[in-house]
Amino acid sequence: MRNIVNFLWKNNFTILFLFLEFIAFILLVQTNRFHKASFVSNANAMSGGVYSTYDNITEYLALKRVNEEVAQENALLKSASSLSFIKMRGNHVYIDDTLHLQQYKYLSAKVINNSVHKRNNHIIINQGKEQGIEPGMGAICAKGLVGKVKDVSAHYSAVVSVLNSNTQISVKLKKNNYFGIMTWESEDNSTTATVNKIPNHVDLQIGDTIVSMGSSTIFPEGILAGTVSSFEEIPGSDFYDIKISLTTSFNNLSYVYIVKNLLKTEQQELEIKL
Amino acid sequence: MNDFPKIALRFVVLVLLQVLVLNNVAFSGFINPYLYVLFILMLPFNTPKWLVLISAFFLGLTIDIFTSTVGLHIAASLFMAYSREHLLKLFAPRGGYDVVLSPTIPDMGFVWFLSYAGILTFLHHSFLFIIEVFRFDEFFSTIGRSLLSTVFTLILILISQLLIYRKK
Repeated sequence: MRNIVNFLWKNNFTILFLFLEFIAFILLVQTNRFHKASFVSNANAMSGGVYSTYDNITEYLALKRVNEEVAQENALLKSASSLSFIKMRGNHVYIDDTLHLQQYKYLSAKVINNSVHKRNNHIIINQGKEQGIEPGMGAICAKGLVGKVKDVSAHYSAVVSVLNSNTQISVKLKKNNYFGIMTWESEDNSTTATVNKIPNHVDLQIGDTIVSMGSSTIFPEGILAGTVSSFEEIPGSDFYDIKISLTTSFNNLSYVYIVKNLLKTEQQELEIKL
Repeated sequence: MNDFPKIALRFVVLVLLQVLVLNNVAFSGFINPYLYVLFILMLPFNTPKWLVLISAFFLGLTIDIFTSTVGLHIAASLFMAYSREHLLKLFAPRGGYDVVLSPTIPDMGFVWFLSYAGILTFLHHSFLFIIEVFRFDEFFSTIGRSLLSTVFTLILILISQLLIYRKK
């Protein structure tokens, strides 16, 4: 017994190090597997406060560009406002609003912190639980896909950006609906991403548009993801390895829309039964 | 203990500089300087060992909260603080360190400081990048990134040393 105590006392520095390192790794694994430990969410309110003060100061520098984006987006919305509705009765068009059920709602949020050059990038936005944001919602912007809400505090949310090694988004070729999976590989940078699982018999051209598939409950169908910048057939497999250039410019992102899928629980309940 | 306000101020300044400025800086993609490690480097020689670990823990935690990656910077900072003690033992001059001196360029000389800061910064960065990726199939690109980031962090550390300790 005395030997053990002596040993512990002599190596107290190493043992303290191992103990603290153990805590760090538990935190690390927990955050990756599950939603964040609750005390971190609370702490996010603190860092969120610092970031929004900083952002208040730098916001003016981006006003001109933001205005242009808003104007463009308005034009887009005016021409396509029925996109957020699904048809209830096949291909017939009835001019009667009760036949359409609203599926998506959009909440606007401001980006207060954003990173693009890490292996796992996150975006912090200034809307949280009190504004109705929940983990698992999608984030898009006027130009395309942005990411998925991972964690919310009362007034802030953390969004896992597309520029993240854990990204997996179902996408499809706009012209013929062949679908694949968009990931962000180590050789990608803040303007590119990789699309896999598109079969190599498909007619593919550089410049083809890739859009979201809308099969999951996160993103609506047809949100821009990017355009094909290069592709090659993987030897020994039936799939293409496609590099796309992202339409969203993550380097100067300032406003995003959080997509609330009103039919999410319905779809998920059905999928669980499968 | 009368150094405490100075060290606390250094903590706040380095954290703010890191999260508000340097986290937005990237040279050609992935290379990202982490100047906040300067805090651990500049702790005085007579700081108790356990206090070095504890302050590294809180330094990492603060950075983590701002980058919403919990545990990543804690683990790397702790590893660096642990290595620091062993490296100091290895680099000790005959007769031990003079308690009035601190690990800076004017006190310890350029070569001593550069090797001390270089080794520890590289250990920190490679540990950070490896656990960030958490896979071994990207091992060499990860090591390459840590080397390049180390160079940029070192440049910033040297610039900050020159600015603070300019000869009057």
